[in-house]
Formats: sequence, structure tokens, C-alpha cells
Amino acid sequence: MIRLPQDKNTRVAVMAAFGAVTMVGAAFAAVPLYDLFCRVTGYGGTTQVAVGEAGEILDRQVTVYFDANTERDMPWSFEPLQRSLTVQVGESGLAYYRATNTSDQPVTGVASYNVAPYKAAPYFSKIQCFCFTEQTLAPGESMDMPVLFFVDPLMDGERRMDDVTSFTLSYTFFETDGAASSSSDAAP
Amino acid sequence: MSADAATHDDHTPSMWSWKRWVYSTNHKDIGTMYLLFAIFAGVLGGAMSGLIRWELAEPGLQVFNNETQLFGMLTLGNEHNYNVVTTMHGLIMIFFMVMPAMIGGFGNWFVPLMIGAPDMAFPRMNNISFWLLPAAFLLAFISLFVPGSGGGDGFGGGWVLYPPLSTTGHSGPAMDLLILSLHVAGVSSILGAINFITTIFNMRAPGMTLHKMPLFVWSMLVTVFLLLLSLPVLAGALTMLLTDRNFGTAFFDPAGGGDPVMFQHLFWFFGHPEVYILILPGFGIVSHIVSTFSKKPVFGYLGMAYAMVAIGFIGFIVWAHHMYTVGMPVDLKAYFVAATMVIAVPTGIKIFSWIATMWGGSIEFRTPMLWAVGFIFLFTVGGVTGVVLANAGVDQSLHDTYYVVAHFHYVLSLGAVFAIFAGWYYWYEKIFGVKYNSVLARAQFWLFFIGANVIFFPQHFLGLQGMPRRYVDYADGHAFWNMVSSWGYVIMAIGMLLFFAVLIESIISRRKADANPWGEGATTLEWTLSSPPPFHQFNELPKIK
Repeated sequence: MIRLPQDKNTRVAVMAAFGAVTMVGAAFAAVPLYDLFCRVTGYGGTTQVAVGEAGEILDRQVTVYFDANTERDMPWSFEPLQRSLTVQVGESGLAYYRATNTSDQPVTGVASYNVAPYKAAPYFSKIQCFCFTEQTLAPGESMDMPVLFFVDPLMDGERRMDDVTSFTLSYTFFETDGAASSSSDAAP
Repeated sequence: MSADAATHDDHTPSMWSWKRWVYSTNHKDIGTMYLLFAIFAGVLGGAMSGLIRWELAEPGLQVFNNETQLFGMLTLGNEHNYNVVTTMHGLIMIFFMVMPAMIGGFGNWFVPLMIGAPDMAFPRMNNISFWLLPAAFLLAFISLFVPGSGGGDGFGGGWVLYPPLSTTGHSGPAMDLLILSLHVAGVSSILGAINFITTIFNMRAPGMTLHKMPLFVWSMLVTVFLLLLSLPVLAGALTMLLTDRNFGTAFFDPAGGGDPVMFQHLFWFFGHPEVYILILPGFGIVSHIVSTFSKKPVFGYLGMAYAMVAIGFIGFIVWAHHMYTVGMPVDLKAYFVAATMVIAVPTGIKIFSWIATMWGGSIEFRTPMLWAVGFIFLFTVGGVTGVVLANAGVDQSLHDTYYVVAHFHYVLSLGAVFAIFAGWYYWYEKIFGVKYNSVLARAQFWLFFIGANVIFFPQHFLGLQGMPRRYVDYADGHAFWNMVSSWGYVIMAIGMLLFFAVLIESIISRRKADANPWGEGATTLEWTLSSPPPFHQFNELPKIK
């Protein structure tokens, strides 16, 4: 057990200082907590990662629109190969994006992503995605990159999701120096 | 008591001994230094707002155009420097003017006096708290003259320091110096907060229970708790900025898996309590003044005290109302709207209790009372626009417009600053031991009251017309009210000259102050001492019945 100082002024000061230090700790603890919060609640459109396909396929259609961006000055062209895809809720959909390195040297990038509407993000699950890892393209190289996803059938039980008929899946590629290990599954 | 204390008066060191000030451990001397520092910083911050109003007086570039010369020798450079000036105006006024004046100045002076304590709990720590502040200010000042963004000197990313503008957007050392400056200022405030908490909890005179404590001490207690719990979060966020800038971390960089919006959450978790830190001591000051000049005890003492506690608590759970436009789910916005509006309840308790204190009182409109009543009126105007802005839907349109600028200047520039002047003229004789010329001081009040309203009321119109903040230029349609606003600045600047006239007149004429110039309404312990109080007071602790 911690023994508090005998002098009552020192005791209060130590407790107050402890409070201040705790709040510094809380600020740093906010980093992993914020990440966790985003993934649990779908805050900011954070999607879910699934290991397998959904169990059942419902008789409800949703349209998924695809959006692609790159960081300013990144020498890639990046676009979805289909503008949209209509799937049944629970059915797995496969979409492709094409990235082309337009520069004369290899460039490594990592994509951050989110989905709109934010409130439905917890029901959008990805089984496989190019955004989980870093991608390196040789000069002039072009690559088609797959996203395998489904919309969680649990969504059908939520009245708040009754008005959700479409999703927009958005990616933004950022250039990395390639040396750092990937941490691309972090917050949006 | 005063007779007893006066016998110890002969230990007072000479005014002109530098050791008295540099090595000071006396809460009154340190309080005085805080007040003088706040005046100095306030003049500088106020001059910066003068440059802003000069630039915005007309459409086009008046000042920040590489040509216009100040005093025929100094050009103020380009548009980047306008951003630097608005940024520094905000930071200086918050960290180096209002906080030192309210907490360091009046807090140091009157918390020990009002609770019947001989000094602060940790007098030497008090000395460090003060002297860290000029050091912090110096770092911020140097940042103006080192490279910030591109070819421009200084940091121009706004007082909120959002990345990526504060990381990749300002790659020069100016931002690093500013981070360091705020770290040092933060340490100063946290040490001060620890000192106040210990003093208030342990050093109250016999018989002074928490529920008999003067409201100014209550306000300081809540304020320093907010400081203690919110400033470390800013320190953490600033440290993350620093490592993002210099050591390759990616807390706020999406390319490395970070999120710039997280900085905004951390910043406003500090920033919202911070605005209450700026105003709460003012609540305390105004309560005493209204009670003194109505010759009645303050209405609803316990309600007033616990309203401040409630404001402090709610202040920690409303931060995201500064961030409605970052893309939040509707449910989350609904929560922050509701929580924000709840603040109007304890604030309303305070406003109505002040009015109830005046109701049926024998009111005397002496100088401090003018400032206090002016405060109540202006703060209420700012509070009403605050409730408007609390609505996420309305804020979508008004976010980052001059409506917001008008709102927070009504509560801070007019609210907090009027409270500071109210306290200044309430305690002037007590602090300096001389009387001031109340005709000049009243003239200053009226110039301030008219000037401040002429500056900021039209900014509501500009905001509703859609004029954005932080731009050096604007569309011609906004010209009229901007010109009006700039004339308001001129009026207020003349008021500021009168402030110095009052100061100088009182120094020259040296009319000896009374121990209690306000009569029967002034009931707190500081009025039982001489003016100025003896260098060491309450060697025999007062007993509170």
C-alpha cells in the first residue's frame, strides 16, 4: 500500500499532482481507446472486419457505391472499376479498384477507408480488402485490387436502419515511405 | 485584527529591491506581478486585434500587403502574417492575459485573504508558477520571428492548432516553439492549481467551512480543478503533435493509421473546460460586487456555489459541440446538443440569482458595480447566442463564421474582461493602497461598453451573412458592418487609454485608501485589513462565526 505523506499540505498536493499525471495518461490512453471506440461503434464510418461469409441471405437489396481518392501529390491514379454494385443483404459482393503508378519510381501506399452512412457502418463487413496491407507499385505498374464484403443481415432487425438502401465505400490512398510496418487497420 | 496585523507591517521590504520581486514568495507581491504581466500581455494582444480590425475595416488588403508601413518603417508582410496575428491574439489573450489576471492575479491576492490564511500553501511553488509565465511568453514571442510555413515566419494555423496545418502545414520551428511555450504555460498553471487546491482545502480560518467560503473562493476552487484535469490533456495532445512533427509518429497522420480528428477531440476536451476556466473566477468576482453594492447578502449562496460546480462538471462532457462539422453520427450530435443546452440551467441560476440579489437592494452604482452589471448584460447576450450555436443543425451553417466570433467575444472579451475590470476597480484600493478617480474610471466603462458592443454586435450580422472567420479579405457585401466594427475598436482603444490615465492619475495624486471604501455591503475578510494589507497578514487567525 502506498503511504501518503504525513504533512497535510503535501498530502493534498501529492493527490492533486497524481490527478494531473493521470490526466496526461488519459490523453495517451485516448489513442487506443479512440481506435477501439471507432471500431465498436462504427464512428466516422469505420467498417467491420469479418473472417467468413454471412450466414444467411435476406430478400433485401442494397446498392454499394464506390469512391476512390489519393493524397494530394501522390503519383497514382486510383479508381473503382465499377461505379456501384447491387447485392442482397448477407450476400458477398466482390468489387475491384485499379491503381496505377504514374511516376518513374516505385511507390508504396496504404489506404484508409470509411463507409457512409456512418450509422450503418457497423453492419458493413469486409472479408478481404487491399486496404488491410500496404501496396507497392513499380513504375508504370497497374494493379486491380479486390474488396470482398457483405452487409450484415443483423441490420434487418434494426428499425433505425430501415431507411438504409445504399452504402458508399470510400478509400483514400496515402503514400508511405514503405519502411514502416503497416498499421492500416487503425481508426478512420 | 487590522490593528494587530499592522504591528507586523515593518518587515515590508523596499518596493525597489529587485529581490523582493524576483525571489518573491509573498502571495500579494506575486499577485501584483501577475496583474502587471496580464496588463502587458493584454496591451500586446489588444494591439494585435487592432491590426485585425484595421485590416478588415475595408475589403481588400490594408495592412498585410507587404507595402503599408507602420510608423514609416515596418511592413507587416503578407496574408500569412494576418493568420499569425489572429492566432497569437487568441493565444495571448487566453493564456497570458485572462488566465494570469483572474487566477494568478486576483486568485493569489484574494483567496488567502478571503479564507483568512497568512499566505498560499506553497509560497515558493507560487514563485515558480509566476516566473514560468514570462518564460512561456518569451518562447511564444520568439516563434513570431522564426520560419513557420513556407517563406512566412510564425505559426498561422489558429489558436486551436489543428493538424495537419500544425504538422505538415507548418514545418518550420515556429510551431515547435509555440508547443514548448504552451507546455511551459501549462506547467505554470498546473502548479498554480495544485497550490490553490491545497490552500483552499487546508488553510481556511477556524470556523470557515466550505459552505461559508466566499463565492470567489468557490469559483477559484472549481476553476483550478478544471485546470488540473484539463490542461494535462492539452499537454498530451501537444506532445503528440511534437512527436508527429519531429519523431516520425503518426498520431494524427492518416498515412500512418492516425486520425487528425482525434486531435480535435483531445484539444476540445481541454478547450471547453478552458473557456469555463476563463469565466468562472469572473462569476465569483461579480457575485461579491453585486452583493456589496446592493448591500444584501448574495441571493441563493449555496445554489450559486453548486451552480459553478455543475458548470464545471458539465463543461467536461460537451466538448464535441465545437466539432459538429467533422462528420458525426446524428445520435452523437443529439447528445452533445442536449448536454450543451443543459449548461444554460446552472448559468441561468447564476444570472437570476444576481438579479435577485439586486432586487429590493439599496443599489449604489459605484464604478465596480457598473462593470459588474455590464458583465451580466453582455454575458447574457453571449449566452443566448451560445444556445443558438449549441444546435448542431444551426451550427452547420454558422460554424467558423463571424457569428461564432461574436458569440465567444461576448462571453470572453466582454464577459471575462468586464469581470476583470470589475475586480480591478473593486479591489484597486485594497491592492495599491491609493484611491482612483472614479469619474475617469466610469468614463472608461462607458467607452468600453459602447465600443465593445459596436465591435461585436455587427459581427453577428456578418456571421449570419456567411462571412467566415480567419480570412484576411471578404466580399464587398460585408463592407458596411466591418467598417462599423472597426470604429468600435477605436472607441474601445480610447477607453483603454483612459484605463492608463486612471492608473497614472492615482499614482501621481496618491490619495490614501480606506480599509473599506465600500461600507457595510463589503463583508468579506479582506476588508477587515488595512489598504494595502500588511505584508504578512493574519498572524493571529480570524475566527469565523
